[in-house]
Amino acid sequence: MKIGILGRKLGMTQIFDETRAAVPVTVIAAGPCVVLQKKTPESDGYHAIQIGLVEKLGRHAINKPLAGHLKKTGTGSVKQVRELRGEFPDLSTGASITLDLFKEIQAVDVVGTSKGKGFQGVVRRHHFGGGRATHGSMFHRAPGSIGSSSYPSRVFKGMKMGGQMGGGRITVKNLKVVQVDAASGVILVRGAVPGPAGGLLLIHGIR
Amino acid sequence: MSEIVKGIESAGMRTDLPMFRAGDTIKVYVKIKEGEKERIQLFQGVVIARKHGGLRETITVRKISGGIGVERIFPLHSPIVDKIELVQRGRIRRAKLYYLRAIKGKKARIEELRDE
Repeated sequence: MKIGILGRKLGMTQIFDETRAAVPVTVIAAGPCVVLQKKTPESDGYHAIQIGLVEKLGRHAINKPLAGHLKKTGTGSVKQVRELRGEFPDLSTGASITLDLFKEIQAVDVVGTSKGKGFQGVVRRHHFGGGRATHGSMFHRAPGSIGSSSYPSRVFKGMKMGGQMGGGRITVKNLKVVQVDAASGVILVRGAVPGPAGGLLLIHGIR
Repeated sequence: MSEIVKGIESAGMRTDLPMFRAGDTIKVYVKIKEGEKERIQLFQGVVIARKHGGLRETITVRKISGGIGVERIFPLHSPIVDKIELVQRGRIRRAKLYYLRAIKGKKARIEELRDE
């Protein structure tokens, strides 16, 4: 896997490109990140680096186990930690990752946690059509039949039904990078990314 | 909205546009590309709405063309807007003048706003 960086979604706006078209963009404050640990097949069974997002934190954000872990690299002010699989020979423990490494890129994948929608029925969650509202239809937003009777006498796995919607890990692939401002650590990508403003994002999958 | 997003918006915003509000009559000079050539088209009408604000602000301009009501929505800070001229200020009592769509003729006139 290629290098990645952690960031926080700031919000969306639009900018005008050379063809005068309005381009919808998401503004992400990315990095700086620090390499907290390198995992190797000898010690952990696989290659990976562990990166943490350096950001302003409240007084009680770091608990003792995390503080101990951060002490090894001499970093503070890190709460959010993620792992990137793969070997990164040019990054040693304690190295910092900033948007400087992202200057020449065309597109990225962005991973985030989508906004939670709570328990939703099938109409909202799976785009079922629902039934007629009036004329005594008696079938409004119900899912309808979820299977046959004597055979198979069970409901198939994966049957689309109501349930928790949102709040899950979502990856949006191949978002075009519109602008990178390495000095202020801000990256603009075309289109929407999962989660609320302020939500944690992992930017990776550089193309 | 975050300060950084505001900063990005203000960097792209135009400062060459006149002050105007809903109810004002304006001339919008629109750049139109026809193949290779580019020309400027004039659209004059009453501003019936200003929406969104910031870099994303749009204006809805309404005019009566050949007896038919025509509305165009312009992204205010878009480069396709060459320039905007204020023709006449209007005395109105609400921010969105959608009611103009339902009336025509003399009723749809907007009184000019004069400084006292």
